[in-house]
Amino acid sequence: MALLQISEPGMSPAPHEQRLAVGIDLGTTNSLVATVRSGVPVVLPDSLGRPLLPSVVRYLQGGKAEVGYAAQAKQAVDPKNTVVSVKRFMGRGLKDVAHVENAPYDFVDAPGMVQLRTAAGVKSPVEVSSEILKALRERAEISLSGSISGAVITVPAYFDDAQRQATKDAGKLAGLNVLRLLNEPTAAAIAYGLENAAEGVYAVYDLGGGTFDLSILRLSRGVFEVVATSGDSMLGGDDFDQRLFCWAVEQAKLPPLAPRDMRLLQMKAREAKEYLTFHGEAPLTAKLSSGELVDLAIDSETFCSITQTLVNKTLGPVRKALRDASLTVEDIKGVVMVGGATRMPQVQRAVAEFFRRDPLNNLDPDKVVALGAAMQANVLAGNKPQGEDWLLLDVIPLSLGIETMGGLAEKIIPRNTTIPAAKAQEFTTFKDGQAGMSFHVVQGERELVADCRSLARFELKGIPPMAAGAARVRVTFQVDADGLLHVTARESSTGAEASVAVKPSYGLADADIERMLRDSFEHARDDMHARALSEYRVDGQRLLEATRSALSQDGRLLDDGERRAIDEAIQSLEKPLKGSDHRAIKQAIDALNRATEEFAQRRMDEGIRRALAGKRIGSL
Amino acid sequence: MQSHFELFGLPPAFGLDKQALEKAYREIQSRVHPDRFAHAGDAERRASLQWTTRVNEAYRVLKDPVQRAKHILELHGVDVAFETNTHMPSDFLLQQLELREELEAALRKKDASRLDALRTALYGQTCVLEGQIGDAIDRKKDFEEAAGQVRKLMFLDRLDAEIDEAYEEIE
Repeated sequence: MALLQISEPGMSPAPHEQRLAVGIDLGTTNSLVATVRSGVPVVLPDSLGRPLLPSVVRYLQGGKAEVGYAAQAKQAVDPKNTVVSVKRFMGRGLKDVAHVENAPYDFVDAPGMVQLRTAAGVKSPVEVSSEILKALRERAEISLSGSISGAVITVPAYFDDAQRQATKDAGKLAGLNVLRLLNEPTAAAIAYGLENAAEGVYAVYDLGGGTFDLSILRLSRGVFEVVATSGDSMLGGDDFDQRLFCWAVEQAKLPPLAPRDMRLLQMKAREAKEYLTFHGEAPLTAKLSSGELVDLAIDSETFCSITQTLVNKTLGPVRKALRDASLTVEDIKGVVMVGGATRMPQVQRAVAEFFRRDPLNNLDPDKVVALGAAMQANVLAGNKPQGEDWLLLDVIPLSLGIETMGGLAEKIIPRNTTIPAAKAQEFTTFKDGQAGMSFHVVQGERELVADCRSLARFELKGIPPMAAGAARVRVTFQVDADGLLHVTARESSTGAEASVAVKPSYGLADADIERMLRDSFEHARDDMHARALSEYRVDGQRLLEATRSALSQDGRLLDDGERRAIDEAIQSLEKPLKGSDHRAIKQAIDALNRATEEFAQRRMDEGIRRALAGKRIGSL
Repeated sequence: MQSHFELFGLPPAFGLDKQALEKAYREIQSRVHPDRFAHAGDAERRASLQWTTRVNEAYRVLKDPVQRAKHILELHGVDVAFETNTHMPSDFLLQQLELREELEAALRKKDASRLDALRTALYGQTCVLEGQIGDAIDRKKDFEEAAGQVRKLMFLDRLDAEIDEAYEEIE
């Protein structure tokens, strides 16, 4: 007889209380949205049944935007306003973008993140990405007939802090409650691991449209632990297209091309690449605007030889990850292939040769990331009862550090540290009476600051006058579960408060985000207050729900007075939630958060105590 | 503050039951990890972040022999003082010099197999030293002696990191 499972009260929401949560794979070439339906992860298709959404956004006069297939169809006729592969520009400056000369856009050269001038005005990559996310959110809301309570958005594991922050900002701008940024290979490992009940050490080889990741994970029942991750955030299927494009230009002896022709030939190169996956030879023909006909054919041998260096380039990070994990090829039980570019036979061959085993291709490399993200979103939304969920332990891909004298980077948190993580470092003054200190936060493995990514600069002011070396400034790096860095600094010898102003090098300042939000509301003829009101209402409801559930589980940790204070704060939130004053709701939310701070700490202590008690009982 | 050992309910010894550590780590993480609180209020999410950070740090320290030894010595008021106490037995220094010369030679010749051999030799030395540290801390309770051995182990760790860099340069 089957055993019926009964969950603890408050632990497992009834089906009708399940929160709608989605996983989004925001890809360089294509994007997808997936959810878990009756326990099964599924990709949500559009109204025509197509699962993929091409990551293409076309801006029109008047501020409107087309996304997906409609935009893709126009890319050759309207290249300047049709943005493809925007993921390559996320959190990047103009000088970081490869093949700028072959990109048919009007770049705006401004400090910080690169921007594009379009028919609808100057757009940042964050805004372009948010259009893609908005389209996916709408698709999901129609398909699930309800509003989405939260989303997990995937990012390449090798994305640095600026690229991650940009992705999270895009999610917020699209009106999503971003539950978590999840690394793409980790998402794939979840989908693969659960589907196949995999145990042991696995490598995930993820070659997407624009990025390459290699993660090594230890899978055991209920735990996904990333041991090491490596990659190249500027290497992907696009580069193979680019090689083929350059080859075609050379073979046909073409003069410098107009943006339209450039885009057309790039599209044809991609088609030829895809054709070569299943054929020995592919035609590459295009009619240029001058009337000239490009008529070429390429065989797979030639294609392999012009892309050999790209394939080899992926193996460096593979070796590095193995070294970081202190593992050898023999320790790897299987290699999961992810990303459309892994369909290329030369990639399959190189991986098989390196790992001395056939790679695992039994999941659709285009969908596996979105499916894994949906499964994680389902857990984060609290839709899985405890015991049926899993623990995910991920790492930061690149070391975080700070600039010291002589332009050297001092590592504060080394790469492959399990997140969340924090580390504090003390700094001192260089001159007598020095009143301020400026800090430069960098990310990367190189010794010289100039060779690392600049993340942010900030200044600490108001240090009381002291002799050189007497002030003690404690800088704390905190990396959260999204892999995002938060830096705080404090002068500790006197306890004097000092102010910190962070200027992100490639991110967006708060003011930028505000402007984008305002713009997007103007276009939608929305009202800021209505938006804020609805957001705070959702937040408030969520907080009430979470607090009540915490009280029913662990209310005994509070004495009568403490309980009364929290109950009062709950009541003070319930009242404004019925009204329409968003400020009052915000205040009541903050008050309830403050009132439950001590309770939250005690619940964590209790959780740890129970975890250890359980172990002792188990070992008796 | 609680020691890292207390946090996991383990005895404060250099000789560590790795499985017990891993089990305690996972059991605690499964209760405090931010993934459990993605829909909770700010206060709980903050507490979860703090705790997970603390647990990760403790786990990182205990897993690593150098960090674990340093932590035990700190609990006994002994500072390893790697940066300031540079006095090392001359035979050890001589040995280090030879290893480094070998590293440079391997790097010059871009010879990965020599790096492999060097690493194997280094691992052998590391194992011996770890045995000695365990003996000094857990059996003899001679923390000063242990501090000297930990400094040696830190030397070896540095060399290990340099070997990693050498592999990268050769590729």
